[in-house]
Amino acid sequence: MFGIRFNHGTIERNLLLLGVLTLITISIGGLVQVIPLFTVESTIERVGGIRPYTPLEQAGRDIYVREGCYTCHSQMVRPFRDERERYGHYSLAAESMFDKPFQWGSKRTGPDLARVGGRYSDEWHVLHLRDPRHLVPESIMPSYGFLDRPLNYADIGQRLAALRSAGVPYTDAMVANARADLEAQARPAEDGSAFSARYGRARQMDPDGNARSITEMDALVAYLQMLGTLVDFSEVTPERLRQQ
Amino acid sequence: MANTPERDAVTDAVTGTATTGHEWDGIRELNTPLPKWWLWTFYATIAFAALWVVLYPAIPVTGATGLLGYTARGAADQDRAAQAAAAEPMLARLRAAEPAQIVANAELRAHAIAGGRVAFANTCAGCHGAGGQGAPGFPSLADDDWLWGGKLAEVEQSIRHGIRAPDDDASRTSLMPRFQADGMLTAAQVNDVAEHVLSLSGRATDAAAASRGAGVFAENCASCHGERGAGNREMGAPNLGDQVWLYGGEKAQLIRSIAFGRGGVMPAWEKRLDAATIRMLTVYIHSLGGTEAAAQ
Repeated sequence: MFGIRFNHGTIERNLLLLGVLTLITISIGGLVQVIPLFTVESTIERVGGIRPYTPLEQAGRDIYVREGCYTCHSQMVRPFRDERERYGHYSLAAESMFDKPFQWGSKRTGPDLARVGGRYSDEWHVLHLRDPRHLVPESIMPSYGFLDRPLNYADIGQRLAALRSAGVPYTDAMVANARADLEAQARPAEDGSAFSARYGRARQMDPDGNARSITEMDALVAYLQMLGTLVDFSEVTPERLRQQ
Repeated sequence: MANTPERDAVTDAVTGTATTGHEWDGIRELNTPLPKWWLWTFYATIAFAALWVVLYPAIPVTGATGLLGYTARGAADQDRAAQAAAAEPMLARLRAAEPAQIVANAELRAHAIAGGRVAFANTCAGCHGAGGQGAPGFPSLADDDWLWGGKLAEVEQSIRHGIRAPDDDASRTSLMPRFQADGMLTAAQVNDVAEHVLSLSGRATDAAAASRGAGVFAENCASCHGERGAGNREMGAPNLGDQVWLYGGEKAQLIRSIAFGRGGVMPAWEKRLDAATIRMLTVYIHSLGGTEAAAQ
């Protein structure tokens, strides 16, 4: 056909030649996927506002993972117009860079939660977790009223230390003060200046209104209320989103 | 390989096609070439793949975006921009018009309600219900009982800046104190005030307590709720005599509200929604039936 008569029988009968050519073919497939990543410094956008989770949020995140919320809720607004209309700006890699493990999910029995933070009041989340049908009659989400039990956060410092060893930039002060920071965030009546100095705009809150006890409900709502709120998209330009 | 297949390969006499050289009990296997149409299709897919790899993100030509400069994000942005451009003439008119003008103009009103219905379902229905009927703790938008005012401009203000929204300095604020929890009233006084509040809608169960509560009410409650409990929209203080209850009107629920306070939060939507959407929502909520005098 191309002047040379190609005889695949030669390759099929020579084990060494077959092996070498197979290796070359597979390598091309691998290199095509890998080489583009060598040309960018980082696949994570340089946007402001990203910080590690506060101890209370991290405790809430652990509950989110424990209860398997990701099996029904994704945390990934995909770059499509319809998703942007409903949920807001598409998710950035930077927004889940401290998620260990990430909670992107692939199943949406319920809505995406990547930008749920601030869409509802703290009280709404508490009422909705206790009995979703109280607020959304057609909801099939289970009730999570049992989260009104005290949060076990004795090991929160160790949890932050473990995350730090996995690459989350918690400082020594953050790890050492993890318990105090957790309690400061969950008790809005108390002075939170030391907490705020470490975690910036993170809000002090007591979602369930029970000042006597820090509950799992408090932690989970604190986590939900910060999802997708860190990046100020009014300051984000396409240039800043480009991978460098 | 003493017995190489090539040596034994012979041409089949019946079809004129070469054989593979294998033989089983005198039966030989035809080595029929692949059809030409199949081969050319196969070569075409290889050529297509080579072209694709150059045009789309695969190998680092012009960054890692391919010659076409395609990115999924860029495509989404373009898609959105095209949609926005198509909608812009109407959205510009909606932004420019006051809500009252939109209500008065049949064309603008139809567009605003259609757009507002969608935005309401996504943004508001979680708390206020799919039909704006509300839920305990979340006010109905379909009746004529308004905490912060039901005129179009007041509704729009509430949507923009929310109620007690933690991230908006212009948010509507007020605080129902925690009268018992913070030690301002005793449990007995709270009981008396609750009886007095019940008496405002003719439901007092203990006349003596209600009359005792009148004095406590005048000192502690009247500054916001008014002497007769008619409410004050400047402070979002509800009318206590109309039998419309946000947190329930039973005595136990009243005592809970007085003793531990209330303070529902509505998020501020100005930074999350564009101006046209907020305007459409205002007009849509007006269309639910409860909003007051459109012209004001």
